[in-house]
Amino acid sequence: MDRTTIDLWVGIFVALGVSALLGLAIKVGNLRSNSLGETYTVTAAFDNVGGLKPRAPIKSAGVVVGRVDDISFDTKNFEAVVTLKIDQRYPFPKDTFANIYTAGLLGEQYLGLEAGGDEESLKNGDRIQQTQDAVVLEKMISQFLYSKASETEPEKAQAPAPATKPSDSKSTELGDAPF
Amino acid sequence: MIKSNLLICLIRTLQSIGRRTIDRLWRLGAGARLFLLTIIYSGESFRRFHLTIREIYSTGVMSLLIVVVSAFFVGMVLALQGYYTLQKYGSSEAIGVLVALSLLRELGPVVTALLFAGRAGTAITAEIGLMKATEQLSAMEMMAVSPIARVVAPRFWAGVISMPLLALLFSMVGILGGYIVAVPLIGVDEGAFWSQMQANVDIREDIINGVIKSIVFGVACTMIALFEGFDAPPTAEGVSRATTRTVVTSSLAVLGLDFVLTSFMLAV
Repeated sequence: MDRTTIDLWVGIFVALGVSALLGLAIKVGNLRSNSLGETYTVTAAFDNVGGLKPRAPIKSAGVVVGRVDDISFDTKNFEAVVTLKIDQRYPFPKDTFANIYTAGLLGEQYLGLEAGGDEESLKNGDRIQQTQDAVVLEKMISQFLYSKASETEPEKAQAPAPATKPSDSKSTELGDAPF
Repeated sequence: MIKSNLLICLIRTLQSIGRRTIDRLWRLGAGARLFLLTIIYSGESFRRFHLTIREIYSTGVMSLLIVVVSAFFVGMVLALQGYYTLQKYGSSEAIGVLVALSLLRELGPVVTALLFAGRAGTAITAEIGLMKATEQLSAMEMMAVSPIARVVAPRFWAGVISMPLLALLFSMVGILGGYIVAVPLIGVDEGAFWSQMQANVDIREDIINGVIKSIVFGVACTMIALFEGFDAPPTAEGVSRATTRTVVTSSLAVLGLDFVLTSFMLAV
């Protein structure tokens, strides 16, 4: 097949298109942050995972050390079981503490790991024992309101008592009033 | 007398509505048949790929300039307008995310398809309409060369291949335009611009879905242009009308399909 300038232009066009795709994938998309190296898998059970989603970042001291692989429901204990994929480069002690945090006040949720002091480190298939649930905003607000309500209740209980007194005194006043 | 005139007028209106409806349905069916025939005969356009390459040149490469220039301006305007709202909430760093997501998810595929319909679709319709008017298509049939295999299928595949490439270029150049407005002109922090973008743009959900959209638009726009050309009455007026119809129908089809595709993609 003889080569023509049209072929060259089409070649340039296709190359531009493909390089745009690669550029978008590398420069704009999060291709690099997704690519963890070798990972090991551990699980952790939570009473409530809140809005945590698969592929959410796992951070320790603010550094992304892995990603949430899967979230499933354990029907035996009625708990959420989160499977964590952590980069092989970052070994964590056995008594590491797993928390579910929220980025900012209303941001996405991520898993935070706080290293403990154990000599042994977590291995593939281990389970993190110490966990703390996600903060559910509704629960927190209702607890706050409940505690507020219980604070004001004694005041309310006192409040009706003085209210009846003036009426009592008023009736006596009226009764005592000289006509 | 007046009553019967009114009746005749009413009947004629009804008749014309019915005729138009039947005409539309007939055209829809003929279009679907042409689409099927194009798929069946498209083996030829891959076996003799230089035919397709020539069409990629005239649809894709020739649309490159208008797509790149408009992408640049669209990106710059997006950044300016986005900054106007975002700075009210003190989050002007999110401008990168705004520009990238709106280009990749919506504007890239849609605006490229609209430009493509205007730039390449009209050319296809006019070319095929004129081929028909000058009886080149009949001549091909005489020589036992299928005009669908020789003329329609290469143009169809050229459009389907060109559209996603053009849409990707549109998004890329648009993001560059947004970057030029946001970082040197407005003074948004460069690191925040890119890092927020990278944190929030998902390859599969945003980039690949945009590519899928543009492939569908490529099929729709090219098929409409081909059918209008094939269906045009072989007169100067007929060809000009068919060209107009190509732009109108493709634009409506692109915007309608965009809604359908977006709702499907968001539902998943």
